[in-house]
Amino acid sequence: MRRWWDPIRELEQIKREMDDLFRTFSEDVWDIPLFRFSFLPGVSARTYPLVNLAEDKDNVYVEALAPGIDPESLEVTVLNNTVRIAGEKPAIKDVKPEAFHRNERGAGKFIRTITLPVEVDADKVKAEYKNGILLLTLPKAESAKPKQIAITVN
Amino acid sequence: MKETTIPVKTHSKHVPDTRDSTKTLCPPVDIFESAEGLTVIADLPGVQKEDIQVQVENDILTIKAVSKSILTLDPTYREFELYPYFRQFQLSDKTDQEKIKAEMKNGVLIIHLPKKEEAKPRQISITVS
Repeated sequence: MRRWWDPIRELEQIKREMDDLFRTFSEDVWDIPLFRFSFLPGVSARTYPLVNLAEDKDNVYVEALAPGIDPESLEVTVLNNTVRIAGEKPAIKDVKPEAFHRNERGAGKFIRTITLPVEVDADKVKAEYKNGILLLTLPKAESAKPKQIAITVN
Repeated sequence: MKETTIPVKTHSKHVPDTRDSTKTLCPPVDIFESAEGLTVIADLPGVQKEDIQVQVENDILTIKAVSKSILTLDPTYREFELYPYFRQFQLSDKTDQEKIKAEMKNGVLIIHLPKKEEAKPRQISITVS
């Protein structure tokens, strides 16, 4: 739990966000003038869904905050140590814009790619969606698991 | 719909009245109107049907919910934290409070606030004599 302001953590967060920002543009974008940026909002203009990462000895857990999504429309793909979560939060249909008193919940398609600190076994990944939270259980690859070394005493 | 809060009475004279003692999150809502009434949709991720309270008191609609994470471990990288949700709205006197209905699905709460019969729009047929 984050209880006080941690400048090192903040810097790491900024670095991660900058990396994510540049990753959304393809290589050839760098050849064209910089003002083209504003015309490339992409699918994920904002980081969505928000995730928490945890790990124990055997697994890495990704918890994503994604309420109101049809579990059928969620797509989770794993490649080496990257996880991609894609889906769509449905917009409210058949309501005129002037009928809204408040409109604070967003809607639309989203994609988020998360780089994990270790390689995972893509075949054994489990995904569970409950009460608007997606939980991914990603078993670590055999090569990434810690090895207990027996000490012999002479 | 006007957003409002009911102050919670504290017994001490020196402590100011606060709405709640705990830290709460304000859930995002959509509110839209139809001829039948108002619909309130609130995102409450991590909330089970049993842990939610929807109350109407003094024409004030209160949404209170406790969220639980599925993950029991302490995260090493954190972007969100789950806290209890709390939000209140002032209801209009045209709302039929007896017929309020609420449903919960995939972490989304939908509350139907029907209008009173006299507040619904009426079509008057014209007879040509």
